[in-house]
Amino acid sequence: MAVCIAVIAKENYPLYIRSLPTQNELKFHYTVHTSLDVVEEKISAAGKSLGDQRELYLGLLYPTEDYKVYGYVTNSKVKFVIVVDSSNTSLRDNEIRSMFRKLHNSFTDVMCNPFHNPGDTIQSKAFDGIVSGMMVQTG
Amino acid sequence: MMAGSQWELPPELCCRPMAFVALTGLDVVYNAVHRAIWDAFCANRRADRVPISFKVLPGDHEYPKCRTKRTSYEWYIPKGILKTGWMNKHLNLVPALVVLFYELDWDDPQWKEKQSECATKVEIVRTSLQGRNTKVAVVLIQKKTPLPPGEDLVASERAATLCNACDLSGKSLFVLPHTDHLVGYIIRLENAFYEHAQTYYYTEIRRVKSHKEFLNKTTHQLLFVRHQFKIAFFSELKQDTQNALKYYRTAYSLVHELRAHETNMLEIKTMAGFINYKICRLCFQHNTPLDAIAQFRKHIDLCKKKIGSAELAFEHAAWMSKQFQSFGELFDEAIKLGLTAIQTQNPGFYYQQAACYSQDRKQQAQQLCQAGATHPSPEPGDTHTGGLDFYGQRPWRQGHQSIEPPDAEKEKTGILALQIKERDVPHSELIIALLSNAVAQFKKYKCPRMKSHLMVQMGEEYYHAKDYTKALKLLDYVMCDYRTERWWGLLTAILTTALRCAYLMASVKDYIIYCMELLGRASTLKEEQKMRIEKNLIQVLMNEVPDAEPECDPSSDGAARSLWSDRMALSGSNELTIEVQDYVPFIQCKARFQSPSFHVDQPIQLQVFLQADCPHPVSFTKLAVSLSNQEYNQWCVVESAGQESMSLLPGKTKCHNFSFVAKTEDVGKKIEMTGIELMLGSDSGRCVFVSWRGAGGDAASTHEALQASRSSRRWGRGVEARQELDWDSMTMQPSTMIISRVPKISVQLSHQPPALNNEMYCINLTVQSQEGVVAKDVKLTAGLKPGQDANLGQTTHVTLDGSKVCDDTAPALLPDVPLGDLKPGAKLERCVYVKCVSTGSRVFLFHVAYSIDTTVEGRQIVCKCHKDETVTIETVVPFEVSVKFVSTKFEPLDRVVVDIPFLLMTDILSSSPWPLLLASSSLQLLTMNTNTPQLQSQLQEVVLQTDECASECFCLRCPPLVNCNNTVATGQYLISWRRKSSSANSPLIQTAVTLPHVILESVPLYIHAELPSYGRVRESLSVRYHIENRTSLVQEVEMAVEPSDAFMFSGLKQVRLRILPGTEQQMLYNYYPLMAGYQTLPQLNISLPRCLTANTHTLRRFLPQRIFVKPQGRQLDDASIAAA
Repeated sequence: MAVCIAVIAKENYPLYIRSLPTQNELKFHYTVHTSLDVVEEKISAAGKSLGDQRELYLGLLYPTEDYKVYGYVTNSKVKFVIVVDSSNTSLRDNEIRSMFRKLHNSFTDVMCNPFHNPGDTIQSKAFDGIVSGMMVQTG
Repeated sequence: MMAGSQWELPPELCCRPMAFVALTGLDVVYNAVHRAIWDAFCANRRADRVPISFKVLPGDHEYPKCRTKRTSYEWYIPKGILKTGWMNKHLNLVPALVVLFYELDWDDPQWKEKQSECATKVEIVRTSLQGRNTKVAVVLIQKKTPLPPGEDLVASERAATLCNACDLSGKSLFVLPHTDHLVGYIIRLENAFYEHAQTYYYTEIRRVKSHKEFLNKTTHQLLFVRHQFKIAFFSELKQDTQNALKYYRTAYSLVHELRAHETNMLEIKTMAGFINYKICRLCFQHNTPLDAIAQFRKHIDLCKKKIGSAELAFEHAAWMSKQFQSFGELFDEAIKLGLTAIQTQNPGFYYQQAACYSQDRKQQAQQLCQAGATHPSPEPGDTHTGGLDFYGQRPWRQGHQSIEPPDAEKEKTGILALQIKERDVPHSELIIALLSNAVAQFKKYKCPRMKSHLMVQMGEEYYHAKDYTKALKLLDYVMCDYRTERWWGLLTAILTTALRCAYLMASVKDYIIYCMELLGRASTLKEEQKMRIEKNLIQVLMNEVPDAEPECDPSSDGAARSLWSDRMALSGSNELTIEVQDYVPFIQCKARFQSPSFHVDQPIQLQVFLQADCPHPVSFTKLAVSLSNQEYNQWCVVESAGQESMSLLPGKTKCHNFSFVAKTEDVGKKIEMTGIELMLGSDSGRCVFVSWRGAGGDAASTHEALQASRSSRRWGRGVEARQELDWDSMTMQPSTMIISRVPKISVQLSHQPPALNNEMYCINLTVQSQEGVVAKDVKLTAGLKPGQDANLGQTTHVTLDGSKVCDDTAPALLPDVPLGDLKPGAKLERCVYVKCVSTGSRVFLFHVAYSIDTTVEGRQIVCKCHKDETVTIETVVPFEVSVKFVSTKFEPLDRVVVDIPFLLMTDILSSSPWPLLLASSSLQLLTMNTNTPQLQSQLQEVVLQTDECASECFCLRCPPLVNCNNTVATGQYLISWRRKSSSANSPLIQTAVTLPHVILESVPLYIHAELPSYGRVRESLSVRYHIENRTSLVQEVEMAVEPSDAFMFSGLKQVRLRILPGTEQQMLYNYYPLMAGYQTLPQLNISLPRCLTANTHTLRRFLPQRIFVKPQGRQLDDASIAAA
């Protein structure tokens, strides 16, 4: 399914980033980092128009030749980015949405952990498991 | 010829096709008239002129020969899709219209000869256009202005004969008078030419279309594409872009229907690329950018996988790159013409992808083109320069359309030649150019991170191209973006590349900086990598050549080594200062003053914490702290003694303590750390001063401190307890205040609040020394504390002299009153008097300053100490004075009658919590006079307790005034008083109360009664009324006495009389009381019929209303005596 999943802090530094180990990890880091341009733009555009009735899912951020990059922003401005292979046409928007929702739920669990310090990188087995699940389904 | 230009689109494809019209018979070099005509055709060809490309050709110009028309396609096998010359031929060689210019006036004397010469010229043109549908037209250049059509019979007749002679239709003969309106004539002419050209292209389209019926689908597939392309191209020439687009689209789908195999893959892709370019271009032109993008996406998806020969895979990448680049250029051009692009859809993405394919190309070229191969001879690629017949074919097998290459050997050498050629392509240059295009776009469309990413790629490409200076410049530029956004993985990758560049160019400073950051905590490198880097860094510090970076090109390593040894050999330049504040260096530094403030008699303590993040211990030779006052710097240095150096262990915090004594003149000043310097290496090798601004910290420490504070907030005091060890939560204290020594004296104030308004309020100040030695130069500053309401300064007066009431010149604050020296344990007292003119609360400051000798760490210093006491004192009014005017009958008066006595009553109500002694009171009258000869105060030496009241009464009379019936000031009531508790010689305070104004009134008539103080029942009581006329006129008075139940009376009951001015009249009545007690006297009604202003009511005020009547007493009268 996903080839790279990232969680980005409000201040735009990575809290968690994992990509398929077989591929060039650095490239995904760059992909996620550059996608923040679009996320920022979308947040500022949404902020102007709707206020708090904002849709968390940002949709397709931008297509590259090889990947599709999707974005999601929580109300506390934590960003989720999912990178999907362009050749994977079976994924519908709805499925991406549900992936984000799952990710968000798991992220909330991490934040609820009293031993986790918000702003630190995520080191949670449960979260790892959820992410792995989303990446494994690719087959 | 630029390398890689094989992939450039031909210019005839990229230009806008315009109808081609050839002009002949013009001598633009020697004939001024012809020159002017030609200029009028060429100059100012703006959008409003018809799209024609003109060319001047000689009359006998040879046009390309027309091949004989094919009558059947049955045995025809096409050799390719499109001939390379075809587009150019129709754009520039085969005109749609040939125009013959000829100078001939209608009334030319040699008309006949000229006519036949013209006909010959037309014939020559026609011959050279043999077989083409090109139109011919004749323009007669005439000197005379033509008459309106139909009027010049000669003209129309001769025109007809000329047409006949030249075999022209009337529509193809034009007249061009070269007069004033040349441009206007030219524009009309070219519009006519344009119509002819359109007809020409229309017939061409028809002609190509007519071939279709002869074609069959098996052998003529190529022709289907060719014909559609031609029709579309002619439509473009005809400026029918809508149809052109339609035909190009058909051509595009046909080209993908062709059977593709390895040998013709390039041809198909080339043509698909051309057609796609045309479609996208037209879509942008029609302002349907989304169609263009969709077409391009379709094109890429269809062609992406059509790699063709694996040995020439780089060709596919090159072609793909070109596709993206040209689309990007089209897009960019459309934007320049007004299209708006957005962040996620802008030309930058296409340039970026083009760069990406160029990178692929480079990689494939490196894999496929072995360095060792030599040029085969003869070179099959040479035909290249000679040109191909068809687009996209291989030079060594042109026109060949079968699946298998005809000659395997030739094929092999051909491929090899292409590979060798590819080897010389400056790939990096191409990639950098594309990336920089993309950067420019992303900058425009608010994608700073994308821009940074592309700049990193550019830097890497420069690195590959061995242009290390440029590479470092770019990488350095973007590094800080990644650092501030805390993307450590990316930063590490960039630093690694930068380190290689620095190594290869032997840039010592850069090398050290990158090493430091790669060893730091932001680096994501593995431990063994860090160990290697640290080893190199230590080598550089020892002025030795570091080991080569891994993954560096071994061929460049030799050059780098020699550069390094040159650097090392250079003497003198081995001192470096590196500002690390904006990096994340491998040594962290945090410094703090132990306290935000120090007393001047305490040593100032300062701590510098250092921590190394590198894998091996690191040693340093010197640590120095610079302070804002540089005189202290000497105390904040630690240097390694001799050979032994100080070292930092990995992950361990090391603390250095410094302390020094502040100068007394710095009391009240701030001492700041301006920088910290750590010296690595040694004088013998290379000295590197790692320098931090302020109190240390680096690019990452702020965030770490924030995170640490978050977690400590969460875990509360548990973390606080071990805070000394927690590096992240350690806070810096970059500055400290030097404050004065703690005074050892006591200052006590005794007073009796509240203060009373205007009194000399006494505050007793007691200063007692607890110092061990003599306090010298004790000075007192007392008074209103500065910084309060400005009005208070004007209404407060402070003095030391309590013997008299101070005046307004006394200041609000008494500064620096010298009190002499104070021995240990001695006591000193002073009274300070404060006069507050207004009520309200005030803060008073008592500041006792002195100087004292003391010793700090063996140093003698003179300290200035001071102690402040403040006290808030409320000021209240001592008493309220109320005043009222009453008549002699004690009735309140609202106005005072002139020259008639009245009473002034004063009440003094004490509101002071302390007893008051009223010394005396007096009246200062302005207009009034006292009615009593000697005015004596009735309040002398009266003591008033709280809430007690003292009253006085004065009888006054107002003398007649000129301006009566007006308000007048009465005067002042003066009270002298002091606190009862104050000493007898303390001054009295004068309080003046301004008496209210009164309204004066004069009456025309004054009446007063003369009657005894009481009456007795049944005893006659005589009452005399005096009626005075106070006017200057004779007054007529009507008087009447109303009957009363209580009295009988005798006298005139009703009378009318006259009173002369200034005189009085007396009326005598005898009243005989009938009842005892207070009785109302019979009412006397007086009226002045002449003077209506005065009424009886006013007059009645003067008269007594009632009288006390005693009962009839038992008398020792005759009867009782008789009874006895």
